[in-house]
Amino acid sequence: MDILDGIPHVHAVASHRPWPRAVVADAGWQAAIEQLTAGRLTLLGFWGEPSAVHMALLDGAAAEIAVVTYECAAGRFPSVARQHLPALRLERTIHDLFGLTPTGADDMRPWLDHHVWGKSFPLGNRNVPRGAVTYQFLPAEGEALHQVAVGPVHAGIIEPGHFRFTANGEHVVRLEQWLGYTHKGIERLMQGASLDVAAKLANRTSGDSAVAYAFAFARAVEAALDIEAPPRAIFLRALMAELERLANHFGDIGAICNDASFALMHAQTGILRERCLRAANVAFGHRLMMDVIVPGGVVQDIAPDGDMALRRLLAEIKRVFPRLIELYDNTASLQDRTVTTGIVKTEYARQFGAGGYVGRASGRNFDARRTLAYAPYDRLAFEVPVLEAGDVNARVWIRIREVEQSVALIAQILDLMSPGEIRSAVPAGRGDCEGLAVTEAFRGDVLIWLRLDQELRVQRCHLRDASWFQWPLLETAIEGNIIADFPLCNKSFNCSYSGADL
Amino acid sequence: MRKTLLESLTHGSLTEPAPAPDEAALAELASKVDRAAQARLGRSLAIRQVDAGSCNGCELEIHALSNAFYDIERFGLRFVASPRHADVLLVTGPVTHNMRQALERTYNATPDPKWVVAVGGCALDGGIFGGSYACVGGVSEVVPVDLQIKGCPPTPTDLLKGLLALLEHVGGKG
Repeated sequence: MDILDGIPHVHAVASHRPWPRAVVADAGWQAAIEQLTAGRLTLLGFWGEPSAVHMALLDGAAAEIAVVTYECAAGRFPSVARQHLPALRLERTIHDLFGLTPTGADDMRPWLDHHVWGKSFPLGNRNVPRGAVTYQFLPAEGEALHQVAVGPVHAGIIEPGHFRFTANGEHVVRLEQWLGYTHKGIERLMQGASLDVAAKLANRTSGDSAVAYAFAFARAVEAALDIEAPPRAIFLRALMAELERLANHFGDIGAICNDASFALMHAQTGILRERCLRAANVAFGHRLMMDVIVPGGVVQDIAPDGDMALRRLLAEIKRVFPRLIELYDNTASLQDRTVTTGIVKTEYARQFGAGGYVGRASGRNFDARRTLAYAPYDRLAFEVPVLEAGDVNARVWIRIREVEQSVALIAQILDLMSPGEIRSAVPAGRGDCEGLAVTEAFRGDVLIWLRLDQELRVQRCHLRDASWFQWPLLETAIEGNIIADFPLCNKSFNCSYSGADL
Repeated sequence: MRKTLLESLTHGSLTEPAPAPDEAALAELASKVDRAAQARLGRSLAIRQVDAGSCNGCELEIHALSNAFYDIERFGLRFVASPRHADVLLVTGPVTHNMRQALERTYNATPDPKWVVAVGGCALDGGIFGGSYACVGGVSEVVPVDLQIKGCPPTPTDLLKGLLALLEHVGGKG
């Protein structure tokens, strides 16, 4: 059964691909919210336009997606967050950027808007100034409680954000995040951008997921234009995506151990990470592989010595990594810090639709590569590891298992790739069209929705990082733990600031 | 663990020879760094990194400076946790309006003598994010910049070249 069968809608939008989009009225909007709160559907995205709001809905069991659109005739829409909490930050963002008001909302505090942009509602068409008010953190009251404020400038080399801990002695009773410090106005910059410029912006939404974003952006454009990249380009894209996943997982595994004062692992995985980046540089001319994937394919083929560089990398990982796994598994002082620390409950992971290792360490069996089976993953053999414990240790183990899978995937791709074209021509003059794509970045699913005009310029593009649905779970994971374990919990999530601040 | 440690001992060093300091960066610095500061600091610099709204690409490469291949600490360069311990602010990003005040306050919290190194294309002039309602557009719009290290992101070798140029100059060789 299609998702839209259960949601009364006014009409479907013909130019939206590959999944349907339908305009709904109050009854349809409410029906969609009810499906979310009942757990039958998962909120995959929630974004605005000057006079409409859209929700992307996922039916994980049927591997289907649908977008519902509510047209905000009076600049208002019924609040989703009031009934379904995972929508909260996205809803506050919609209000910040477009000035659309969620009716019945309990929390109307600004999210990205820190009252310093010089204009209110920068993407909207309302010319109403917004009064600056001091940001109010949620209260936690009790005799022995005290607050610790951290950030936006942190002690390490890390993106900026603010964390407000309320603690009872060492124990955290509440953590509240306030982000938005890296808000660059990416979605505004996308408006009117050519595909070239827009692809570069997508690449730089979150630097650690440059490939995943470029991949998603290219696929969204290709969906909108109803074209396909050549088979070789599709393999090259997955090759880069898995290489990016490897590099990040190595970085994370080491960094988590380092936060437990186990520097040896950090040093060893640092070597493997550097090897990945150097192999990427040999193969694709850029350590982070930025600007290689574009709509229609890729701009360059793998370098002549790239295949050998990658095979040598795989051999080194196979030689070194099993020993590092053993090291992690057999070091009691390390396990003492990671086991039962920072637990994300399985029901929260499900409710929030948490992607990546955060969701999969807490029993949520979702990986866009398999559930949505986009090319070339529909042709590749791999497993998606899932654990139930939901602690820091489980998130480390998911990464360890995913490293093994990525190594196997890269080997398969190198063997399967055959010579051929690497870029399809992008047709001109298709007319207004819309595309949606989801790819699996190392930290979880990236969603990109866009609408193109007749000159192939981007009219509107929304980029949704997995972090949107992971950050709130970090607030729950730290409760009852000690403040000193926060770096460990935080690193085990490694949420993106830039990707969520946009 | 024993096996890993033993192999590390017999493996030999991964650390690579230092790149030559960036000549252009040296020339840029010559006009900006004064002699008294050189005498006071010697050949050691404490660096406080500030992300003023980057995409995180620059941070990934700055992190790489500490791995076994680049081993930045052998040059007397080290990352510190507080601006109050720092000689150098290493700033990335197109400086978002939301980070402007935090950058100013970090700069003001850094004791003199101090240098600001702007890292990456965004830190130069806002890069691809220049012109956004949400970005100031370049670190020098907010705090005085002594050195630029270009790239998107600059590679660890680029970063090392720039920082060595700074160190050479501060150390009195420049």
